[in-house]
Amino acid sequence: MKKIIALVLVLCLALALCACGGGKAKEESNVIKIGVYEPQSGDNGAGGKQEILGMQYANYKTPTVEVGGKTYNVELVIADNESSNDKAVSAATKLISSGCSVVLGSYGSGVSIAASDTFAEAGLAAIGVTCTNPQVTQGNDHYFRICFLDPFQGTVLANFAHDTLGAKTAYCLGQLGNDYDQGLVNYFKQAAEALGMKVVTAEFPENNSDFTSYLTSAKNEGADVIFAPCSISYAQLIVEQADAQGIQMPLLAGDTWDSNAILAAAEGKNVQIYVSTFYAEGGDPDFEKGIKEWLNSNSEAMTNNGGNDMIAAVSVMGYDAYYTALEAIKKAGSADKADILATLPSVTLSGVSGAIAFDDTGDAIRDSAYIKQANTSDVVWDFVTVAKVG
Amino acid sequence: MGKKLNNALNASMRNPLNADRRTDRFVGIVLLAVLYIVLFLLDNFLPQTSFTLMMIPVLKKGAIYSLLCVSMNLLNGFTGLFSLGQAGFMLLGAYTYAIFSIPESQHEAVYQYFGGGAVRFSFSEAIGSVLGANAGSWLGAIIAIIIAGLVAAGFAALIGIPVLRLKSDYLAIATLGFAEIIRAVFQWEGLGVITNGSNLLRKYTSFSNMKIGSLSFATLFPFLIVTVCIALIVLLINSSYGRAFKAIRDDEVAAEAMGINLFRHKMLSFVISSFFAGVGGALLAMYQTTIQAAAFKTAMTYEILLMVVIGGIGSISGSCIAAFLYTACNEWWLRFLDSGHLGSLSVPFFRDGFRKVIFSIIIMVIVLFFSRGIMGDRELSFTGLMKRRKAKKTAQPEERGSENA
Amino acid sequence: MSDFLSANLPYILTGISVGGQYALIAIGYTMVYGILRLINFAHGDVFMVAGLVMIYTTASLPMYISIPIVLIATVLLGFLIERVAYKPLRSAPRMSVMISAIGVSYLLQNCALYFTGGLPQTYPSIPWLSSSVTIWNATTKMVTIVTPILTIVLVFALAAMIKYTKIGMAMRAVSKDFETSQLMGIKINSVISFTFIVGCFLAAVGSLLYFTNYQSVIPTSGAMPGLKAFVAAVFGGIGSIPGAVIGAFLIGICENIIKGLGLTTFSDAFTFVLLIVILMVKPTGIFGEKATDKV
Repeated sequence: MKKIIALVLVLCLALALCACGGGKAKEESNVIKIGVYEPQSGDNGAGGKQEILGMQYANYKTPTVEVGGKTYNVELVIADNESSNDKAVSAATKLISSGCSVVLGSYGSGVSIAASDTFAEAGLAAIGVTCTNPQVTQGNDHYFRICFLDPFQGTVLANFAHDTLGAKTAYCLGQLGNDYDQGLVNYFKQAAEALGMKVVTAEFPENNSDFTSYLTSAKNEGADVIFAPCSISYAQLIVEQADAQGIQMPLLAGDTWDSNAILAAAEGKNVQIYVSTFYAEGGDPDFEKGIKEWLNSNSEAMTNNGGNDMIAAVSVMGYDAYYTALEAIKKAGSADKADILATLPSVTLSGVSGAIAFDDTGDAIRDSAYIKQANTSDVVWDFVTVAKVG
Repeated sequence: MGKKLNNALNASMRNPLNADRRTDRFVGIVLLAVLYIVLFLLDNFLPQTSFTLMMIPVLKKGAIYSLLCVSMNLLNGFTGLFSLGQAGFMLLGAYTYAIFSIPESQHEAVYQYFGGGAVRFSFSEAIGSVLGANAGSWLGAIIAIIIAGLVAAGFAALIGIPVLRLKSDYLAIATLGFAEIIRAVFQWEGLGVITNGSNLLRKYTSFSNMKIGSLSFATLFPFLIVTVCIALIVLLINSSYGRAFKAIRDDEVAAEAMGINLFRHKMLSFVISSFFAGVGGALLAMYQTTIQAAAFKTAMTYEILLMVVIGGIGSISGSCIAAFLYTACNEWWLRFLDSGHLGSLSVPFFRDGFRKVIFSIIIMVIVLFFSRGIMGDRELSFTGLMKRRKAKKTAQPEERGSENA
Repeated sequence: MSDFLSANLPYILTGISVGGQYALIAIGYTMVYGILRLINFAHGDVFMVAGLVMIYTTASLPMYISIPIVLIATVLLGFLIERVAYKPLRSAPRMSVMISAIGVSYLLQNCALYFTGGLPQTYPSIPWLSSSVTIWNATTKMVTIVTPILTIVLVFALAAMIKYTKIGMAMRAVSKDFETSQLMGIKINSVISFTFIVGCFLAAVGSLLYFTNYQSVIPTSGAMPGLKAFVAAVFGGIGSIPGAVIGAFLIGICENIIKGLGLTTFSDAFTFVLLIVILMVKPTGIFGEKATDKV
């Protein structure tokens, strides 16, 4: 028995060495590594995968970068943070130890904040793709982001609910213990109350699947709009149950809901869904044509995208993040992480999702968000308006 | 070394038991000292290759989980109380530590939705303002860690009064329920000024703050705390209390008949185990640099339980070995299973999640076929190893002869 | 009055429906516990796997074939788990078996994670069950009404089987005294296997109803219903089938009333508070028999 245990352990070690060896063999001089720090499992697995797709497509389109007259191959090193803060440190360390020049990610602000200190210690710059919580970049000189922030998004949505939907009462539903949900609900509430709306908030526990009671409460409170900025897996359930209960009031949500998974859930149902997001279809036809062709030729990418070739806004953001990183490498003129970190604040790019430039805290200077409505019969997002604040 | 060994062996001829123990203690201390020196070098002077970079977080986390496993083992393995509330006590410890370690200047940013929070006192800062920043982080962290343990122990004492009357499975379920209740309470917006509701706590003193001059103790610090705690647990187990715990585990009725106060001893074990779970939680908070109640799920307790089982229920050294092996496999060695290729070979079924499948199969194999785990209920000891080697040699005299020559 | 009714009826309706689903899972827990004195932590995950099997079979097969396949596959899975993970540990301490159950649960979740790739899978609509109906202005799915009825029918069938058939008698005997019944010539292993088969069959039916209502399956989908069902089983007195059913309905209804009162943060915590209170006051549950400690 002990011999077998010993054997198993030796096997483990051998495999590990194998892996290490494998890692070393690939360390060639003409490769620049870009770390991808994204969830591929857990609550945000679906969103994280779609974000990676954008980066993979960008990498497929532009697999090389020219630095100082030499052409380097760009390799994406992906580490799964499992949507969980306690795996954040080791996932981040994996990227650091494999010699990445810059890191992209993550989907979900909590994991980004959790890994932030680890990246800071290594002096590695990180570009947040769709993490919208202000805390990600606040006081972190090495963290940048190319998307808008929650205070902005919350205000935009509250304005939209008040002005366009004419709502007087809003029912806010967020996941208990999820900082993204609770943060956005908080900003929405502040803005909505400033507009004179009545706001009722509720939380649902993790792994909850029965939302009928929440929807009934919303109805009983006389809510005109339900604001539910939760992750995709819960969103599907909410859409489905709102329809079954004949809930007529509009469902409003943030960037997480801009996913084809929501459209699939809403197909043929009698629900109104509005989301605020980073990108609206038709913004860049060439890009869309290209990524659709790529998705259709790559079955694994297709599966990760939820089985169809609809483009999620997070994929667009992933695509832009990759080019932001390339731009930084080019501008820095080296693959050294310190040089890139020093160059990033001055990087500008005209991306698919709009112009990208960073302000003093490292946030993208963005003053507009797209509002889209789910078209349940054609299963597409209909563009509603571009919302600005101020 | 060889001479000392001979001396020790000679001594063991005279009084085998005591001498063995002394040798073990001596070898243990030497090994620990070597470990400390290596870790110190690792923190400060050794080059940062991809290997050492990956090894450092694994070592830190392994050390923290060793303590958590040993504290669970004290309850499950030595006292025979099947408790599944570990994650709840860790949460209490982690939050207590973080709340008392966030510096004043960071409060506005951390408690951004709760007006900067209610508890605006940081031990590190208070001591730091008197004795200097480095001393402040050391003393502040140690005091906060001890308070974290005490809070967890206090809750355990409260919970223990009703719960410890329950028998095996019911106890497991009741403690599991308590952990879930604690988690819900900590996520409640109503307590947001203290716990920050659903949001992260961050910016508190972490391992990288542990410095003397310009020398870093980032990896050594958790090891120091963990070894002290484990040493205390070992002392407890070898004391008369420890023997009473084992008696309760082996036969409650007989133990009671021998005059052991069942409730009092169970409570003692429960409170002490929770204290160290709280300390472990605080260390985990330092390691992660951010904490969130959502992470302290039942799955975390199960993970610790599985480590204890792999190491051997009732073996402290087994728990430590298992904690390091488990962490290393899970977070480092088996990561390549997710990467899609083995070396330069592309393997289609190696995609994300495969690591976890393989890992859970290994666990099932251990649970089913090696239910005693790596160490069973024995302890790893130098003299034990020597004796086994000697026994092997005497079994094969020819080989010994050739070796001597 | 009618306003009050139409405003609050949905909570009760949902409560009854959720209770029915918990009941079907709780029976599996309670039967296994009654016979093996084992908390089968993997039961909730078997329930989740049944959901996934349904999704994968309906992708290529029509509904009337895939439903029986789901039932058979789940039963087989339950049988297999018992044979592989629990049978070898029959003489081991109870803690080892429980740990083995936790291991199986971990394995099933991780396999599900691997096969689904972590993406939530959409459960197919079952034609008649998924349609909406309106009762007193409260709109709900047909399955909400079908669930409690089907649950009660199945429970009566199960009770009749346990009372009047030979295998039922054997099950009762084994749960009373494991060793003695073995000496009386009862084939322990087949009785235990049969228990798992029945438990898993009910879990499969439960999963059909549950996921028709909540059409999304993720690897941890089974964890919460599993835990709640277990609490229900303890609440009603573990080992007692009517107790489990009544406990499940009570928990389902209370949980939804709590949500209706606006105390949404504590809806899960409440279930556990209830569990601890019942354990303090009456550890054997509402219908549990008073156990005598064997010294």
